[in-house]
Amino acid sequence: MNDRFEIPSRLRNTSLILICLGVAALIGGIATLLMSHDDVARARFWAVLLHDSVFFTLITTVSIFVMAATSLAHGAWIVAYRRVTEAIGANVWIFASILAIVLFMIVFTFRDAHGVNTIYKWVTESEPGKDKILAGKKAFLNPGMFVGFTLAALGLWSFFGRKFRSMSIAQESAPKNDTKIFWKVFRMSGLFLLVYALTQMSTSPWLWIMSVQPHWYSTLFSWYTFASAFVSGMSLILLWVVYLKNQGNLELVTKEHMHDLGKFMFAFSVFWTYLWFSQYMLIWYANIPDETVYFKLRQQGPYSIIFYSNFIINFVMPIIILMARPSKRNYFTLTFMAMVIIFGHWLDYYQMIMPGVLGEHWHINWYEIGIFMGFVGILIFAVSRTLTQSSLVPNNNLFLKETVIHIS
Amino acid sequence: MAIKKFAVAAYDDEDVLFPAVSKVRHSGYKIHDIYTPFAVHGLDEAMGLKTTDLHIAGFIYGLCGTSTAVGFISWIYTSDWPINYGGKPHFALPAWVPITFELTVLFAAVGMTLTMCYLNQIMPGVKKHVFHPRQSDDMFVMAIELNSHTSEEAALAFLRSTGAKEVNVQVAESGWWYGRWDKKEPYEALNPG
Repeated sequence: MNDRFEIPSRLRNTSLILICLGVAALIGGIATLLMSHDDVARARFWAVLLHDSVFFTLITTVSIFVMAATSLAHGAWIVAYRRVTEAIGANVWIFASILAIVLFMIVFTFRDAHGVNTIYKWVTESEPGKDKILAGKKAFLNPGMFVGFTLAALGLWSFFGRKFRSMSIAQESAPKNDTKIFWKVFRMSGLFLLVYALTQMSTSPWLWIMSVQPHWYSTLFSWYTFASAFVSGMSLILLWVVYLKNQGNLELVTKEHMHDLGKFMFAFSVFWTYLWFSQYMLIWYANIPDETVYFKLRQQGPYSIIFYSNFIINFVMPIIILMARPSKRNYFTLTFMAMVIIFGHWLDYYQMIMPGVLGEHWHINWYEIGIFMGFVGILIFAVSRTLTQSSLVPNNNLFLKETVIHIS
Repeated sequence: MAIKKFAVAAYDDEDVLFPAVSKVRHSGYKIHDIYTPFAVHGLDEAMGLKTTDLHIAGFIYGLCGTSTAVGFISWIYTSDWPINYGGKPHFALPAWVPITFELTVLFAAVGMTLTMCYLNQIMPGVKKHVFHPRQSDDMFVMAIELNSHTSEEAALAFLRSTGAKEVNVQVAESGWWYGRWDKKEPYEALNPG
């Protein structure tokens, strides 16, 4: 069985070209945006880096969540391509490091001409006498809490991502049918879900994304960002599985496994819409000015094109295209929809962050696209390198037989 | 439905049943149905049953639910009895989405349940012929249809050769009926003893 993966030169070159484009965009951004005296341009430089590093950190962390959830539920269907989720999860530390640098640079160094941090306004505006609301939130929204929660979340995600992979590789050399590591994975999964619930599903999006508009808050926000990250993280796993199958690897993965991934993409697109709409409808119905300020900019302001295309790309397209059973068993529609969903949720994160930072002056041009391509390049480079380092079939896994005979 | 003549074979092992199904299909007999005590994976494919169209029915029921909800609510709030709720427009679509969603799910669920009952011929109070008393216990029972061109003896010998533990010929109502067991059941009359 073809269980070793060797990086084709085309993939390596593509990833290196993408990384070069990202670095070029970064250098161009430093030269034209960061060095300019225009406060909006400088804010855009940091906000775009924030947007992409948050997005890529969250969608890669989803792989660890998927592994933890299926390990706890004794799910066998994922075992056929578990090495892909492990490889993505083991590289969370790269994006986490970038995100940590970007976040701390924004909090500690970014100030506009008046000494105001226009991305995280609570950094400079919560002193007494400046902003009464932010002064009231100072117990949570302050640099100490921010650094503490951020380091804890990113450190734990990176640790668990590498831990899941090393446990799975240790299982290969364990005695046959030995359950010691299996139960260790089980316990670690429970711990990770606890960590994940306290970070990604609550505090992390509050601090990193929601505090861009610190006067506004929504109790649903973290779930909404989680749903967005989850469906794009599933699409990312699917893209890697399809790629590896096209290379002749992952022979254990059948249409049944692809059908399950397609079901996740479909179901969680609907789940995302459910949360997105729940947040929208309650604010629309209650019509409280404190809350409607969020949608005033997005729905009726200059972001309306992103707002509506977000709904069409992330809800209407998946529900129409992925509803039928044959389209969830077809590699072309699955690959196409995975790319559409990742782009759609990238846009979703864009409209979560940018209106609070840039106001009406948003652009998506060379800088945004270049930085995005740079992150894609890093992802392809790092994950493909990790995939070569072990067998693509998790040999000796206790659920290997169940995953081979799996019927969706 | 109709009263037909069946050759019935009872197997005690699914490993014997699968080759038997393939042999019966290859020799040209028409399988009426197979009754098993539990769901046997892959049996539908072995019998050559085509994939159900139940989900298409479900989609149509769902669309009916959506249009019923949107049509009815919009008729009430825009033309029959318009009321100003908190300054919202009369055509307040976001507020109707939860109800529309619920009605879509309700129509699809109830419609699909009833359609499934019809397709499988099950319903409270509805009777069907039982080919073998142990078909819900520990035997896999296959009924193949006989007609004027098939010989009973040849069919029974063939079924016995496929590994069946018990074989017999039964004349029975092939579909479902509503009412008492003996209303359409010619079994006792046609198979004395």
